[in-house]
Amino acid sequence: MIGIINYRAGNGPSVQYALERLKAPSRLIATAEEIADCDKIILPGVGSAGATMDSLRELAILETLEHRVLNEKIPFLGICVGLQVLFEDSQEGDVTCLGWIKGHTLRFPDRPNPVPQIGWNEVRFQHEHPVLSQLPSVGHFYFVNSYYVAPDDPAVALGKTDYGVDFCSVVADGNIIATQFHVEKSGPLGLRLLKNFTEMESGATC
Amino acid sequence: MLTKRLIACFDVKGGRVTKARKFEDNIDIDTPEALAQRLYEDQIDEIIFYDITASSEKRRIDLDTVRRVARHVFVPFTVGGGIKSLDDMYEVLKAGAEKISIDSMAVRNPNIITEGANAFGRQCMVLSTQVKRVPITAEIPSGYEVAIDGARVFTGMDAIAWAQRGEALGAGEIVVNSIDQDGTHAGYELDITARISAAVNIPVIASGGAGEIAHLRDLFQTTTASAGIISSMLYSPRMERNFSVGEIKASLAASGIPIRPLVETTV
Repeated sequence: MIGIINYRAGNGPSVQYALERLKAPSRLIATAEEIADCDKIILPGVGSAGATMDSLRELAILETLEHRVLNEKIPFLGICVGLQVLFEDSQEGDVTCLGWIKGHTLRFPDRPNPVPQIGWNEVRFQHEHPVLSQLPSVGHFYFVNSYYVAPDDPAVALGKTDYGVDFCSVVADGNIIATQFHVEKSGPLGLRLLKNFTEMESGATC
Repeated sequence: MLTKRLIACFDVKGGRVTKARKFEDNIDIDTPEALAQRLYEDQIDEIIFYDITASSEKRRIDLDTVRRVARHVFVPFTVGGGIKSLDDMYEVLKAGAEKISIDSMAVRNPNIITEGANAFGRQCMVLSTQVKRVPITAEIPSGYEVAIDGARVFTGMDAIAWAQRGEALGAGEIVVNSIDQDGTHAGYELDITARISAAVNIPVIASGGAGEIAHLRDLFQTTTASAGIISSMLYSPRMERNFSVGEIKASLAASGIPIRPLVETTV
């Protein structure tokens, strides 16, 4: 069972509709007990890093979530803000984030492109990975973001995208996968990536 | 590089998709979920639909329709019509829409743009404007006036000034819908679309008048608009012929316009 963390600012239902289409059993979850019951976790994201961190703290699920993802290494997928909060901190409101991955979340420069970025942009995958099975090495995905992540270790950047800055748009670090774009709203390529995630096994490292 | 977006638009009246000409004279097309699913399978980039009778019937937007569309559409979609409050927006977003379109309501109560942007992020707030060519006056220096309520009521507001104010209030995108071009299939209103695109720093979506691929080519080659709304040319039985999303994209790509190419579907 895949658990979709359903917090106030999230778009959990949209992610669940996509999983329904893929015939992958899932449920919206919001408690530590439910996290303990799931064998994969998705953290969707819409809104700000600060609001997302506040919601996760209010739900009192962080300890269980960290145990399952960092110690038991169950497959985890972060989407959009669900990617950004994995880093140490975010310039958006100067908030401290989860720090599972070393690095920072930064704001796009105001020039030359409008901020936020809204639309379909190109992702260049950097190397092979099970989550990219049957995907082309370059593809378009749907982005809505004003901030982007800058990992300390360039090896965790599985995908890169150019929007004035050439930024890391997909992170893969062992069992942790995260995308800046919305897999659930990126058409057939997004659904393929999501399906590949549903087929990942616990403790996977690549 | 961000691609130019093709956005399919349809109107829902009494649970069915209808097609209007100059905001009048509706004909029946399909159910919203069936049309949305077909457009998604055709690999449209985005969908907008309006519950066009929600306001006049003084009811909330039909959330079941939003949910049914959300189950079949895995590209972004925007919903408009009958949205009056933050609660309405929250319900529509929770039902699976990405964005809210506000139009007449934003003119009556501009603060709703700011409230929506603060609550859900400005990327959720699409300010839709209906604009009509008028003589240039001190009040309307652009020569385009904003109308509301299905182009029936004129506001005395200048189209460019309203777009800039909308951006300042928190709109994430702006739709420029030309009343003059709507339903003519004679091409977008390029003049005001280009001028509004230059006047704001958020994506502008052109609407009204698309009838053939050349109209989209003109839009993307002569303005900096991010997206073009298409409807009749995709599905209206009144048109001499309909176009597939694939043939539109292939033609635009051949002209050097950055578009999201069709992909093989394996899921």
